[in-house]
Amino acid sequence: MKPGIPSRRGPVGRLADFLDDRTGWRGLVHEALFERVPGGARWRYVWGSTLVFAFMTQVITGLFLWASYAPSAQTAWESVYYIQHEMTGGWLLRGIHHFMAQAMVVLLALHLLQVVIDGAYKAPREVNFWLGLVLMMLVLGMALTGYLLPWDQKGYWATIVATNLAGIVPVVGPSLQQLIVGGSDYGHHTLTRFFALHAGFLPATLVLFLVVHLALFRRHGLHAKQPITRPDAMFWPDQVLKDAVAMLAVMAVVLGVILVPAVRTMLAGGEVDWGHVGAELGAPADPAESYAAARPEWYFLFLFQFLKVFEGWGATGEFLGAIVVPGLIMGVMFLMPIIGNWRLGHRFNVAFTLAILAGAGLLTGLALNEDYCSLWIDKATLAAAEKLHDETGGDEQKIAAALGNDPAKIAAMRKQLAKLEAWRNSHAFLAASRRAQVEAKRAVELAGRPERIPPTGGLDLVRRDPLLRGPKLFGLLDGKDCASCHAHVDPATPDAAAKFAAASAANLHGFGTAAWVRGLFDPMRVAGPEYFGNTAHKDGDMVTYVRDEMTDREKWKPDEIAAVTVALAAEAGLPDPSATAAQVERGRALIAAGDRCGACHEFGGNGTGLGTAPDLTGWAGRDWLVGIIADPTHERFYGDSNDRMPAFEKAMPRAQIEILADWLRGDWYRAADARGAAAE
Amino acid sequence: MNQSTSNRQPPGADARRGFLAKLAAIACGGIATLTPLAAGLWAFLDPLGRRSAAARFVPVAELAAIPPDGVPRRFPVVTDRKDAWTGYAAEPVGAVWLRREPGSDVVQALSATCPHAGCSVEMAAGGTCFRCPCHNSEFTFGGSIVEPSPSPRSMDALDCRVGKDGAVAVQWQAFLAGIADKVAKR
Ligand code: FES
Repeated sequence: MKPGIPSRRGPVGRLADFLDDRTGWRGLVHEALFERVPGGARWRYVWGSTLVFAFMTQVITGLFLWASYAPSAQTAWESVYYIQHEMTGGWLLRGIHHFMAQAMVVLLALHLLQVVIDGAYKAPREVNFWLGLVLMMLVLGMALTGYLLPWDQKGYWATIVATNLAGIVPVVGPSLQQLIVGGSDYGHHTLTRFFALHAGFLPATLVLFLVVHLALFRRHGLHAKQPITRPDAMFWPDQVLKDAVAMLAVMAVVLGVILVPAVRTMLAGGEVDWGHVGAELGAPADPAESYAAARPEWYFLFLFQFLKVFEGWGATGEFLGAIVVPGLIMGVMFLMPIIGNWRLGHRFNVAFTLAILAGAGLLTGLALNEDYCSLWIDKATLAAAEKLHDETGGDEQKIAAALGNDPAKIAAMRKQLAKLEAWRNSHAFLAASRRAQVEAKRAVELAGRPERIPPTGGLDLVRRDPLLRGPKLFGLLDGKDCASCHAHVDPATPDAAAKFAAASAANLHGFGTAAWVRGLFDPMRVAGPEYFGNTAHKDGDMVTYVRDEMTDREKWKPDEIAAVTVALAAEAGLPDPSATAAQVERGRALIAAGDRCGACHEFGGNGTGLGTAPDLTGWAGRDWLVGIIADPTHERFYGDSNDRMPAFEKAMPRAQIEILADWLRGDWYRAADARGAAAE
Repeated sequence: MNQSTSNRQPPGADARRGFLAKLAAIACGGIATLTPLAAGLWAFLDPLGRRSAAARFVPVAELAAIPPDGVPRRFPVVTDRKDAWTGYAAEPVGAVWLRREPGSDVVQALSATCPHAGCSVEMAAGGTCFRCPCHNSEFTFGGSIVEPSPSPRSMDALDCRVGKDGAVAVQWQAFLAGIADKVAKR
């Protein structure tokens, strides 16, 4: 509408006219929408638009995440925990951001493929193709930096690998690494820098390149699929409609990935814990806890696997695999517009791109197969190989000898042994993943305590948790420390007897409970491997007493033994729920009595004195346990008659011994208990 | 679309088809873009659903520490504090002025938070009344406002209990600033 012509429209129309006079917005919109699409709208043109849409989604969700995220080693995991598990809709916000990032990588690959196959990189669009490649690297950079920000175990360890690879670049590598990491160690400044890169430098650069990319795209027009057989159409609404449908489809896929597991749970009649819907959050990053399940995000798995090709080449191999070869591939891609001018150039470009994508796909498949093959390899088929391997310790010559030096048999066995190793590696990876999941869940449970997370952060909480830390300190994972002698097995498990037999000291599962004491007073069990059977006390006074004296119905009536049992459990602070106060009192009197337990054991100042047998005052309580772990040769415990148990105070800080004692006593935070207490 | 097919369509069909396409494009694009925006807003509005910690009695002083001559004395309030995901144990969270009527064991507690805009009320230079250093509101030792003062109301009195052992506990609570009525913060 021309200025000066009186408008007969309503206020909205007049405002639009007013703005158009001063900004010319109608012209801009017209230019943006009424572009000719040669040959009509097509689905194959939607990829660029879906990428812009995905980026917009990341900007929107990213800004809102920013409003609640705190980048530092003590607050990153904690704030992400809060977003994911405590804020209304936080799981959805983070889920969209997390999965849209992955969708973006897929869309990038599709867009690139479409551009290459259609020859859209050729003159005059070379510069725009190069801009596109830069945009691709920026997006991958944002994916890489974003992976660290939750500061959980997987992000942390994946980033260590990635930044160490940066460090092997010749000459500038170490400095480059220090700059990225923000020092020589990973911490606050790694996070602040990665965050600034992820939410500042990279997206700002990306927007600049994107603006030029789009401007050039408009300048050249859409690269139409040849030959053109249909009439032209307008960008608006024909192509826009296809683009919009594709965007909606992308969003629907992302929402589907987030919501389908939750919907399944609902349909199965379960209750959905929304904090665990969408993006995962691992346990807080712990530099002291190696993480066997560390893997990069799936779209970087091919690189991870590619590096294995160069295994055994040392740093040179890593340099080749992580920098030279990817660099060469990127170099060829940058040269595509020039290569495309040659007679067979376009075919080469298409073949090259397809080969790279197929190669990446293959490597990804290999990586997944290595990690998950134990799920589909039938272990039973490897029984012979396993037996041979365990008998020979994997010694080549011994294996050959065992097979009668038959080359055919040896070759077949080699294959089986390789398969066995693959199975074992995969099995270990899956076990580590499962453990990581358990730890992640527990970390979240701890963070949800009514006392909240201490200012020292979630890692501190995890490290001091008896449930997570106890088994490790006990040595359950590696069979060291306590577990090198003691079993820790519920007697009700099917293979418990075999595990007791393999241990050389008492089973400590449920130590201090009435059930444990009942087993001790059982003449059939006390001399078995579950208690003293494999120790120096096998024929000791206690075993003899239980077998000879406590079986004497004249001396020990069953209800007396029961009273002593519950009194000991009460002493441990792990009272038997069925015990009465009178029963406990009676038991205490029996323990103290000079003609019963008190004959050897000191108990609450009964005058027996220390040195003959362990003090039963506060038996199996926290202090008592900490004391015996610290120094079993102390006169309060076994004194000179201590069997082989080392004094752990020399090997373990006090705080760790306390955690161990708490774990043995089953004394740890339980969310269900806290909910019960809150309800009361 | 070739000539023969478009000829068979009733007039206006193209325009209608164009209109529907536009509508569908706007709907699809709109829903797709509004989804992340809605998720973001949902999380952004989270604070509206949060409440401040419930008022509870916090021991702040011994009776013997409050001057017996009617001059108020300032005590920090130390209690557990929760800040989003972090829980602080026994942290100073604010201050109260405690005053004892001369010759009596009755203790009066005033929140040191100024009802005007939330600064911390202090003893005036002469030691005869309270003054807020931010905009000079003045209050008597009893907490009543001394006009003219910018504060819309007198200082906020807090419930106060003196135990048998002489421990003084106040019901720690925050109130909305800047309004004439004393309204507890949500
Ligand atoms: S805040 Fe106290 S006078 Fe304004």
